[in-house]
Amino acid sequence: MAFFDLFNYWIFIVLMMIGLYTVIVSPNLAKKVIGLSVFQSAIFLFLISLSKVRGGAVPITVPPAELYSNPLPHALVLTAIVVSVSTLAVALAIIINIRQAYGTVEDDEMEKAEGH
Amino acid sequence: MQSHLPALIVIIPLLVALVLPMLGRGHKPWFLATLATWGVFAMTIALELQVSGLARDPSAPQTFLSYPIGNWRIPWGIEFRVDALNIFILLVIAMVSAVVTFYARLSIGSSIPPERIRFFYAAWLLFITGLLGVTMSGDIFNVYVLIEVSALASYTLVAMGRYQSRKALSGSINYLVLGTIGASFFLIGVGYLYSVTGTLNMADLADRLEPLHDNRAVITAFAFLLVGLSVKMALFPLHGWLPDAHGYAPPIVSALLSGVAIKVGAYVMIRLIFSVLGVEFSFVKLPTGPVLWVLASLAILLGSYTAIQQTSLKRLLAYSSVAQIGYIALGFSLANENGLTGSLIHIFNHALMKSGLFLVAGIISYRLGEADLNRLAGLGRKMPFTMAALTAGGLGLIGVPLTSGFISKWYLVTGAIERGLIPLAVVILLGSILALIYVWKVVEIVYFKPVSDLAREVTEAPWSLVLPAWTLIGASLYFGVDASLSSSLAQRAARLLLAQP
Repeated sequence: MAFFDLFNYWIFIVLMMIGLYTVIVSPNLAKKVIGLSVFQSAIFLFLISLSKVRGGAVPITVPPAELYSNPLPHALVLTAIVVSVSTLAVALAIIINIRQAYGTVEDDEMEKAEGH
Repeated sequence: MQSHLPALIVIIPLLVALVLPMLGRGHKPWFLATLATWGVFAMTIALELQVSGLARDPSAPQTFLSYPIGNWRIPWGIEFRVDALNIFILLVIAMVSAVVTFYARLSIGSSIPPERIRFFYAAWLLFITGLLGVTMSGDIFNVYVLIEVSALASYTLVAMGRYQSRKALSGSINYLVLGTIGASFFLIGVGYLYSVTGTLNMADLADRLEPLHDNRAVITAFAFLLVGLSVKMALFPLHGWLPDAHGYAPPIVSALLSGVAIKVGAYVMIRLIFSVLGVEFSFVKLPTGPVLWVLASLAILLGSYTAIQQTSLKRLLAYSSVAQIGYIALGFSLANENGLTGSLIHIFNHALMKSGLFLVAGIISYRLGEADLNRLAGLGRKMPFTMAALTAGGLGLIGVPLTSGFISKWYLVTGAIERGLIPLAVVILLGSILALIYVWKVVEIVYFKPVSDLAREVTEAPWSLVLPAWTLIGASLYFGVDASLSSSLAQRAARLLLAQP
């Protein structure tokens, strides 16, 4: 059952590639940013899944248990989510400005507007 | 007594950045930002004296300064660790940002609507905070967060160029998408390293990774970290975002982006390759050297070649930065003392030259609007001081003797020959010839073309713009004649990285 043992890594890879593919292929900036979010979420799932210890309890010392899951990756992902949300906010703000300046949020139409 | 300088250097610009948006219009935000950056510069010099004092003192337990944030015990808490390498980078960041911020008042005042100016300076200080933090942090996840702090601030700063040209917006969003992918790759690498070692402190990582060099997760992590950082430092072929972002941002933003921000990416890469994973792993076990040699050579040749074809001064300078990053990568990929010294000293020298040159480009746009090359015709007679700075900086990019560019190239060529890599030495010299062509193109337009109608009424720029530009260019000339200070600092850092006494 090697496939299911490594299930979390497969999910991570597949989601990451879906995100990256969208970023590369979609000419629409808003969709690019959505792809970026999917890509980053995949990384968060990867980090979270690292913290799971088989048979480990929730990392709270009451009630006492022998084995705990690792709480640190959660803290990391929490920080990374904050970063990701801020990136999303900045990206959307820039896209709104692009829409006002170019009248479109499509990559190819923006290039046409610049006369390339 | 515990010195709090490492924390203060990051916290002061951070807090000032939060205060600035409340200040309203006028020159107050600029004044406070300038005060903060000069304060940081002074504190960095004090810190450098402390660190070099530790290095000289044989009774000191260690040659670096360790600052546990919030007094949490290391390696659990976040550590700021200052040693010979990052104090050198810190000095570059602090010096350039102090001079550039002083310059900002007229340049930004003329290119951004008055009600936006305080927000500009807030983002500006956050950007500098991030750069300083990345350089000092000894915790690899903290490095990721601070990279993103500086990057997010820089996306907004680039987008502020929209009042001149809407292309700044598309440049900014491209930079954001690529920069985020790069930083995310870095985060994946951090995740892999954490999964095998269970630690995030870089010094602790280095110890724990020693027996794990055959581990596939470590090799994967290394690949992700290197690719992620290559985007951040704009190493060929991942430099696609740079020309638009640096070319259309407000001039002072380009000065800091080109002069300092991409160097911080290079610093993190040097730190990872040499301190965290070690020369043995990076260069003996894995073929990092040859890969970087090829990429760096292509960066130098293609970057310089594309620079020749540009018609806008800022884009020309941006492509030249792609080439200069090539020199820096080439230097540290040689993994010997001269190569590494050359790489570090070029970080220093190029920061002075390129920031100075972007400030000159800013002066030109202050007087003439867009700094298109054709508009520069005959300006040599109209703005003699500014154009002399442009020429002197250009000579530095070529690497003419008595400019600081010569010193860095001297070390790089020596390093390449010591490794027996004559083709790389040839690439460095070819790069200088290509630089000669693009610099000559500008000089010819400036001095030998008749004055265009646009420039007929132009006079020399105010001193508050010319002085900072000349400070940086003048410093780069000074360190070309007397390189003892810069080369001794760079050499000390190189020896530390190669673990030589």
